[in-house]
Amino acid sequence: MNRIDRKFEQLKEQGKKAFIAFITAGDPNLKVTGELVLAFEKAGVDIVELGVPFSDPMADGPVIQASSQRALDQGISLSKIFDCVRRIRQRSDIPIALMTYYNPVFHFGQENAVKAAVKAGVDGFIIPDLPCEEAGDWIKYAKKANISTVFFVAPTTLPARIKPIAHGSNGFIYYVSLTGVTGAKQNLLKEAAAGIRRVRRMTQKPVCVGFGISTPAQVRAFSRVADGVIVGSAIVRAIEKNTGQRDLVKNVVRFVRNLSCAV
Amino acid sequence: MALPDKQGHFGEFGGRYVPETLMTLLIDLEKQFNALRRNKAFRDEFAFYLKEYAGRPTNLYLAERLSRHLRTLKVYLKREDLLHTGAHKINNTLGQILVARRMGKTRIIAETGAGQHGVAAATAAALFGLECVIYMGAEDIRRQSLNVFRMKLLGAKVIPVTSGSQTLKDAMNEAIRDWVTHVRETFYIIGSVAGPHPYPLMVREFQAVIGVEARKQFLAKERKLPDHLVACVGGGSNAMGLFHAFYKDKGVGMIGVEAAGKGLNTHEHSATLSKGPVGVMHGSKSNLLQDKDGQVQVAHSVAAGLDYPGVGPEHAYYQKTGRAQYVAVDDKAAIRGFKMLSRLEGIIPALETAHVLAYLETLARKSKKGTTVIVNLSGRGDKDVNQIQQLI
Repeated sequence: MNRIDRKFEQLKEQGKKAFIAFITAGDPNLKVTGELVLAFEKAGVDIVELGVPFSDPMADGPVIQASSQRALDQGISLSKIFDCVRRIRQRSDIPIALMTYYNPVFHFGQENAVKAAVKAGVDGFIIPDLPCEEAGDWIKYAKKANISTVFFVAPTTLPARIKPIAHGSNGFIYYVSLTGVTGAKQNLLKEAAAGIRRVRRMTQKPVCVGFGISTPAQVRAFSRVADGVIVGSAIVRAIEKNTGQRDLVKNVVRFVRNLSCAV
Repeated sequence: MALPDKQGHFGEFGGRYVPETLMTLLIDLEKQFNALRRNKAFRDEFAFYLKEYAGRPTNLYLAERLSRHLRTLKVYLKREDLLHTGAHKINNTLGQILVARRMGKTRIIAETGAGQHGVAAATAAALFGLECVIYMGAEDIRRQSLNVFRMKLLGAKVIPVTSGSQTLKDAMNEAIRDWVTHVRETFYIIGSVAGPHPYPLMVREFQAVIGVEARKQFLAKERKLPDHLVACVGGGSNAMGLFHAFYKDKGVGMIGVEAAGKGLNTHEHSATLSKGPVGVMHGSKSNLLQDKDGQVQVAHSVAAGLDYPGVGPEHAYYQKTGRAQYVAVDDKAAIRGFKMLSRLEGIIPALETAHVLAYLETLARKSKKGTTVIVNLSGRGDKDVNQIQQLI
């Protein structure tokens, strides 16, 4: 059992839901990323999703794309992110999943990436452009190393595909609250709730919901229907707004605490 | 073995690497397309529009003055430049729009680099009265203002893409985002044999008419098969269109010409198959120009239609298995090829195709007298005249 599984187990015992925060690693720099993760833990974040910047992030909206570009301009790479996690691990046990497009890990070498992840203390991977049909090798390596791979279910996913997705997914299943890219706004709670229930009928694994969730009220509402709620673009925007300010970490953590308290 | 296989793989290449939101749609599209390609009414309808609207078959023209100039080669030009809208792109957009109509889609999106695919998509959308949105890199909009104007005349909305390198790859990212967001009513017309399965298959099938015609025409004229086929490769649709019908003719050599831009020893080129390791972009696994961290590199070519850092997966497969060979020609040589055909044959080729003409000089040096070649003249150069004027 890795840190992500343990976390959901704990939350279940306490009758609680997970709050998952996404930030792009290296935006504005890796030192701040490390500080943010440690501060998030104290602010009630249950799992951190660390974005690996990619030049062509087709599932992301403009906010995360811009933060990716800022990180790339700093020369951030997968190896540097592993180093960053290793430093975080000296002080924290918060579950960390890397959100990455497939090419950076494919280019790194799938088996090497898994090994480096274990060594650094990364617990899981979320790869939005790797559907389970193409993930055979990846799953094999990740499972062997006890690294979770989180797959997605979207509102457009046909019932027949939910089972293999749920089967391949480990840690949790990522339910996309809307048809669109990250940062979009018009998610429909009712539709998402029905979708999540559909997934729940097929699996015992936790189902977390993300995309377009940005306010405490939305977090509260979605946490009633899912096992966890993921917020990304809104936090990234808060970092962007505070970049260059001395109180960046303090201000962003205040914003994140309001969200995590709503769960 | 069928190519591609059921998952859309050409050997290790191809596949479907897309956000989950698109998976159901792609599976559905694959099913519908596979049914339609066997459906006689659909095939007749497609053939009708190719003939009556696009202007097929195109001529296979023996370029005598060019052949004399090259001495050893006997060059036939497959005149895709004579098609409506001026390039092979219309074959594919007509095919896809017929699929879109059968699927009940009301909105068309497309991405474009040189603008030829954008114009062809806007044309097909106008023909059938569908809403059309074209994504185009801001840099390409500057280079290809004439085509932008044509798209607007045809009623399309052209959206400038200002992210990344502001060229084709970024336009494609933006189109995919739009598609993910409006997946239920929108049909994405991909312009090359790239993207997730079934696009490489579908575009190949719609472009295969080029090779089917050329093979028949060549046999009628020469009573044998050609020694070589030569075509330019950005994403690779015109090349695959010509090559595919000859796949089993083992004696026919296939040569894809990539853009070497400012030189293969610089970073400013688009020679994906010559220089790119295997990677995943825009939904499929193929060769990809990328840096040591797996970040996609910005491609460069004087021809906007070639500067794409990826390439269709079937080409990667052809290269790996040795069925085709891929070479690269730089910007300067391409401009030489552009002028050469204009002066020798009175045909102003697209800058993309000009790379192929320049390569013929190299091929001629290596060939025995009487070597026969079919060149895919994939498009005409009107769109490039302004740009060339500033370069020479």
